[in-house]
Amino acid sequence: MADMMQFDLVSPERKLTSGQVRAVQIPAADGDLTAMPDHAPLITTLRPGMLVVEGPDGDKRFAVTGGFAEISPKATTVLAERAYPAGAEAQAALQPLLDDLRTKAEAASMDEKDALTKSADDLARTIAALA
Amino acid sequence: MPSLKDLKNRITSVKSTRKITKAMQMVAAAKLRRAQDAAEAARPYAEKMADVVNGLAASVKGSETAPKLLAGTGSEQTHLLVVMTAERGLCGGFNSSIVKIARYRAEKLIGEGKTVKILTVGKKGREQLKRDLSAHMVDHVDLSDVKRVGYENAAEISKKIFEMFDAGEFDVATIFYNRFESVISQVPTPQQIIPAEVPEDAGIETLYEYEPSEEAILEDLLPRSVTTQIFTALLENAASEQGARMSAMDNATRNAGDMIDRLTTEYNRSRQAAITKELIEIISGAEAL
Repeated sequence: MADMMQFDLVSPERKLTSGQVRAVQIPAADGDLTAMPDHAPLITTLRPGMLVVEGPDGDKRFAVTGGFAEISPKATTVLAERAYPAGAEAQAALQPLLDDLRTKAEAASMDEKDALTKSADDLARTIAALA
Repeated sequence: MPSLKDLKNRITSVKSTRKITKAMQMVAAAKLRRAQDAAEAARPYAEKMADVVNGLAASVKGSETAPKLLAGTGSEQTHLLVVMTAERGLCGGFNSSIVKIARYRAEKLIGEGKTVKILTVGKKGREQLKRDLSAHMVDHVDLSDVKRVGYENAAEISKKIFEMFDAGEFDVATIFYNRFESVISQVPTPQQIIPAEVPEDAGIETLYEYEPSEEAILEDLLPRSVTTQIFTALLENAASEQGARMSAMDNATRNAGDMIDRLTTEYNRSRQAAITKELIEIISGAEAL
């Protein structure tokens, strides 16, 4: 099928999903993007956010905390530092991470404060989106 | 000549030893399967990571803005050796083989006039290295409470390493671990993690666009890649440890079996001898009358 491409979502500990999909919405560092078949080759880093996979049997949502994505015309691979299928479990797992980020942002120097606050806000929005 | 009772006690004790080693072997076999599964599951991530980092690194390596983790500090004076061993013994030559290559490397570097710092992961390696290299040991990561190694454990180790690197405490870091080949073969392997080693022929065939810039991505990816390598090493080590323990305990069980056979033969012989002696005594007593 021409309108499908291979998609893999892997975290260091396991492969979360793999299969043919129509499109993937990726929370890239410079803004959300949607990868579809025949996308130009691209490598981008991720920010904390929701990853939406549009597969043949409906959308699947995952919360990711960072990592990077490799997009090529035929396949898309997302390497997430941590990834959880959307649900209450993900929320519970991400909450301590957010608290940790907030404390770090408080203590950080001026240079790092902005970046840390931004990822904390991104993460907070992700958690809110899960609810 | 041990008495019959001594022999009997001996046999009982060896039998219970055999039970223990047999049980340990079976536990190790079950854990090995789990460890192998975990190593298998982590492979896609590690491979992809290595691909992308190598491709990026090859294109950035020459430039002056290359990150320190890739280009190095420009010196090779101070080496950090990360020695990864198990928390427990009774696993054959598993721990000593890692310690052996690490010690050899340390002595070689010291001989060349370099400064050597050692970070140990796992209690056994620290105990063995403490004897002669205690002056070089800078830190230790304790994993004795960890039942299953996770990415967080690797992150904890790499955090320590990065803190030291940022403080300029070393120039080159190498990890030592056992690569899992099979149940009977584990290969002690040194692997340089900082600066990153890039294979000569690396390079991605497709021309990728990078968002944000190549350097920014590399800056983000290199630390992750180091953590991933440590994670892979931890997993390989865990599988190797169980494999080594399994074959060590298999040998021990077999040895115990052999020993029981030998002792039983000896026991039967002495019993026979005792009976024969008593008979002779009775017969000669009767004849004397």
